[in-house]
Amino acid sequence: MKHRLAERGVDRTLLLLVPGVVFVVVLFAYPVLYGLQLSFQPAEGGGPFANYQKFFADPYLADTIWITLRLAIPAALINVLASVPIAYRMRGRFRGKRLLTTILVVPITLGTVLTAEGLIQYLGPVGWFNKIIMAAGLADEPIRLVHNYWGVLFSLIITGFPFAFLLTLSYLSGIDPTLEQAAATLGADGRRRFRYITLPLLAPGLAITFCLTFVLAFSVFPSAYLVGLPQGETRVISIAAYEAAFRDTDYPLGSAIAMIMAVVMLAVIGLVLLWRSRLYRGATGGKG
Amino acid sequence: MSFAELHIDRVSRAFGEQIALRDLDLTIKGGEFVALLGPSGCGKSTALNCLAGLLPLTGGRITMDDRRIDTLPPERRGFGMVFQNYALFPHLSVRRNVAFGLSMRKVARAEREQRVDEALRLVQLTDHATKFPAQLSGGQQQRVAIARAIVLEPRLVLMDEPLSNLDASLRLEMRSQIRRLHQTLGLTTVYVTHDQEEALALADRLVVLRDGLAQQVGSPEEVYAHPANRYVAGFMGYRNLLPVRVTGANTVAGNGFTLAGVNRDGLAEGAAVAAFRPSDVTVVAEEGDNTVRASVEIVEYHGREQAVEARLPGGDALHVRTESRLAPGDDVLCHVPRERVLVFAP
Repeated sequence: MKHRLAERGVDRTLLLLVPGVVFVVVLFAYPVLYGLQLSFQPAEGGGPFANYQKFFADPYLADTIWITLRLAIPAALINVLASVPIAYRMRGRFRGKRLLTTILVVPITLGTVLTAEGLIQYLGPVGWFNKIIMAAGLADEPIRLVHNYWGVLFSLIITGFPFAFLLTLSYLSGIDPTLEQAAATLGADGRRRFRYITLPLLAPGLAITFCLTFVLAFSVFPSAYLVGLPQGETRVISIAAYEAAFRDTDYPLGSAIAMIMAVVMLAVIGLVLLWRSRLYRGATGGKG
Repeated sequence: MSFAELHIDRVSRAFGEQIALRDLDLTIKGGEFVALLGPSGCGKSTALNCLAGLLPLTGGRITMDDRRIDTLPPERRGFGMVFQNYALFPHLSVRRNVAFGLSMRKVARAEREQRVDEALRLVQLTDHATKFPAQLSGGQQQRVAIARAIVLEPRLVLMDEPLSNLDASLRLEMRSQIRRLHQTLGLTTVYVTHDQEEALALADRLVVLRDGLAQQVGSPEEVYAHPANRYVAGFMGYRNLLPVRVTGANTVAGNGFTLAGVNRDGLAEGAAVAAFRPSDVTVVAEEGDNTVRASVEIVEYHGREQAVEARLPGGDALHVRTESRLAPGDDVLCHVPRERVLVFAP
């Protein structure tokens, strides 16, 4: 009996899973299920779906989905696309690689508030950027780059890029360098080696990178306040959820918005993974 | 697309302070099969990568029929290369792996298909054309790698230890197949290996390398029978390399034995190395010309023969391959013909 169980992977090492399972149940499954059931108990009555009907009937609430997607998708795309050439250039070994990697990754440690302060100092109406632009006579009045859509987008790129870069670099390092050498001896120049060998092998990793940076960007909250226009063009969905739950103390509506947020994120990730499932996803080593 | 002569002229490659290849001179004629042979770290793979264009030279030049090629990037040299780990593109089918080089050269579709079919037929993989590399065995992957390189009818085929990842029986089979392809397609091949048997079996000419320096260039017969120095001898199966002193024109004395041999380096006196093969040693009944006494320590069964490790009176090990049945503890008299004992500078 014991042997038969062990053959199916049932043995005492399974106990190692217990802390993880407890963690997931207590800190993830319970809050989600609690929030889900709460969202079906509207504060003002009107049937279990009243909160959801209210959300989609009110443009001030429903539009937050589009506002957030309009920020999160470009931010994630830019982060992934920008990380590819940089990581590609840095995939080998060279002097100063560690220093360069550190510089590229440091923004992770900065936190949104510091980033926002820096953005305001630099890109604000009286920041260096506008001073230089105006001194050079390129514009008559300051270009508005903070406290609007662009401020939040910049902030999402600054904080999201290091994640995208680190992930892309590790995916790239997993591709056997002799594959490109083989392609070179077969007559492929640098551009075609990237196009036909590296990119197809990297694409599944880029899909995952996109998903992770998208999730980070979609739940944007502090920068939407600090460098955005929280009651206007950067009124993102997490602001709507926050206001419902903590300003209007309508927890059920807040929960419903959080659920909608999760569904939208899952939908985007689902689409990306669907695309990814059509790609080659096997080993990227030389032996195939 | 063939060539008459490829000149490798004082080619060097350094990695920082470390010199991996030092002033290699070699002329390869069209149609030749040249093996670069040596232990790991001897510079043989470096030499191959320099030829392929995957490593820039730090000195010297390579010319093909008087056209300089060492400044060309790998994609413009037109050489085929088979990698040690095969380097098959894992996301492409066998057919598209083989077709890759032809697509890069913009060969028309009809011709491409026909040449891929032909290459797959040559390596007997026609039935596996639609599979992916991960679905193939090691030997099949190896054959895809060869087909991918030869489908371009390259001027030169470079092979970097292509058989080292295969098991013994498959290695022998692939070895003959490589030699057959070389002959039937009239290829020019440069083959890197650390296996002297493989090199002797395949090559028209051998280059033995050690520490980045070419030790000897010659036909298999030359290198096998007349190794240039003790390192080449050691690599060519002269497993007995005994420290000796030169005592006469053709005589040496070791630790408790004396031998007559061929003084290859013209040594008049001083320390030397006496080199001979285990298979040149015979077990004899009576003391005589060129005999040494030894006690048997280890006996390995090799079918008809035994590989015996015995101890000479002075403590040196003596390796013997013999059909006589010996057992550990036996005291034996061993004879080596004097023309088979090569005396080298240490």
